Amino acid sequence: MKTKRKNRIRLTGINPTRFDRSQIKFYVILLPIMVFMSFPMIFIVFNAFKPLDELLNYPPNLITLRPTLQNFQNLIATSDNKAIPVSRYLFNSMITTLVVVLLSVLITSMAAYCMSKKKYRLKNILFGINEAALMFVSAAVAIPRYIIMSKLGFTDTFWAQVIPLLAIPVGLYLVKQFIDELPDEMIEAARIDGAGDFQILRRIVIPNISPALATVAILAFQSAWGSVEASNYYINNEALKTFAFYMTTLSNQAGASNLANANAMAGAGGLLGNSAVAGLGLQAAATLIMFIPNLVLFIILQSRVMNTMSHSGMK
Amino acid sequence: MTAIRAVKDGILAVFRRMDKHAVFWLQLPFVVLFVVFIIVPILVAFGLSFTDFNSIQSPNWVGAENYINILTNDDVFSGYALPNTIKYAVIVGVFGYILAFILAWMLAQVPRIPRTIMAAILYLPSMTGPTMIQNVWQVIFAGDKVGYLNAFLLKWDIIREPVVWLSDSKYIMTIMIIVSLWSCMGIGFLSMLAGILNVNRELYEAAHIDGVSNRLQEVIYVTIPAIKPHMMFGAIMAIVNAFQNANIGVQLSGANPTPGYAGQLLITHADEHAFVRYEMGYSAAISVIVLIIIWVISQLSKKVFRDKEAA
Repeated sequence: MKTKRKNRIRLTGINPTRFDRSQIKFYVILLPIMVFMSFPMIFIVFNAFKPLDELLNYPPNLITLRPTLQNFQNLIATSDNKAIPVSRYLFNSMITTLVVVLLSVLITSMAAYCMSKKKYRLKNILFGINEAALMFVSAAVAIPRYIIMSKLGFTDTFWAQVIPLLAIPVGLYLVKQFIDELPDEMIEAARIDGAGDFQILRRIVIPNISPALATVAILAFQSAWGSVEASNYYINNEALKTFAFYMTTLSNQAGASNLANANAMAGAGGLLGNSAVAGLGLQAAATLIMFIPNLVLFIILQSRVMNTMSHSGMK
Repeated sequence: MTAIRAVKDGILAVFRRMDKHAVFWLQLPFVVLFVVFIIVPILVAFGLSFTDFNSIQSPNWVGAENYINILTNDDVFSGYALPNTIKYAVIVGVFGYILAFILAWMLAQVPRIPRTIMAAILYLPSMTGPTMIQNVWQVIFAGDKVGYLNAFLLKWDIIREPVVWLSDSKYIMTIMIIVSLWSCMGIGFLSMLAGILNVNRELYEAAHIDGVSNRLQEVIYVTIPAIKPHMMFGAIMAIVNAFQNANIGVQLSGANPTPGYAGQLLITHADEHAFVRYEMGYSAAISVIVLIIIWVISQLSKKVFRDKEAA
């Protein structure tokens, strides 16, 4: 009797290895939630490949009937007659994101190594301050940040996109927790062999903490790829702005025409202006371009992120 | 050849010299950036909040005037921004957090492959960021009959005229909450999921011997106590999320102030004073109030999790 019961626990409890009838109730609850959560993402994909008339179909179809690349071609074409082509925004976004990811992974692992494995007086204070900063909300200090950026002379430079995003308290916290798990003996052994701290970091620590670094990379990517703060506040030069910013201009246009359209509808029958229609297609294509890297990155890194998260608990 | 070797030796020598003060050099970049973009902005906000800075003239010291005005004389603050923020933060922060825990727990009950797929679906919206959120949901809630929600409701005869969802003060708050809940399953959620998956199996077996007989009891007596540190981390992330995304109302409606101030939150209110009215000092005072609120809530939640541990 007792062993039978034990087997049942094995089978139905946390982290089961295979399907069991007792799981059906969870699927029944989870599936509608999954439909709600994934609907906007599915919708992005279908919309991006819709021809204009399908975007305006009434009633709208979720599924694209006649897939076309027209929206992407339009996205490239519209910018041909503008001073700044879309490719320029996209290029800016890619470069800034790449630099932010690389630099933040580097400086985070350097600082986290010290806070985890070195002994010095300020260590606990520094880590305590960082832990308090986990709850830092950058949106609350947009103005002081703006003032600092202009006083430091970063306004209207490439670095305005990069510098404010580099220090990620959550990233430091997670990497430090992860390095804590590395055995001290490993580092001591290297030190006896004559390795300095820079070498230990490069040869021993960094190769062993790739899950945590992947997590920092995702966090840094997230803040840089979607960033509009710098383009809105610190940069006037259109040639330095990001793709995310370009997207906000598209959606603001769409929002404005949406409003105008609603007003028009109150008076006469609502007809969308031609530019608004084209805007819809551009917006759909741009949203997909914006979305794909998120998806790819998470799929590649998800097992490492989960590994890091097992050490994320706050004592 | 000798030149290259000389340069290489030079670089190595620099590194060897830096090694003596490695702790200093290794932490320098992070600490400097941390101070410049996190500590200093907080101090500057605090300093400005006692001035009448308007971004053109040099600031004058006005003492606590801004705070007094906010608390006694600002109808938008007391009538909209504060109550809206409380409502929004309670639903998105507290309810979103509980939802994240329940979802993480349910995901832990199914095998690895469906779990990974569902975790990705839940987590991805939080990765997408404000710009995408704005773009996608603006189309779904579009105010003409082509908008997805309008078309759906028209088709089923629930409404007869298309509703201008995003410009209507009746709906904007609800929409903000729906969209925020959609995008709130971030790393706090992943942390709790990882925590639940790593709970030692023997704890469950021991609990079963002690008479725990169903999954609800398992959650209360085994899972929650075992993953308290992860729940703490998740709580902090939920609090930050509830305040960080505060501009969502402005992004969705395309206007600051939001229609009828119905979607005005404290941070939107601060932004309106800063970037629309150029009252930087006043705006800074609102920001300081926000930071204090966040800090107090975080301390309270730490207390809750630590007291339980003592009990």
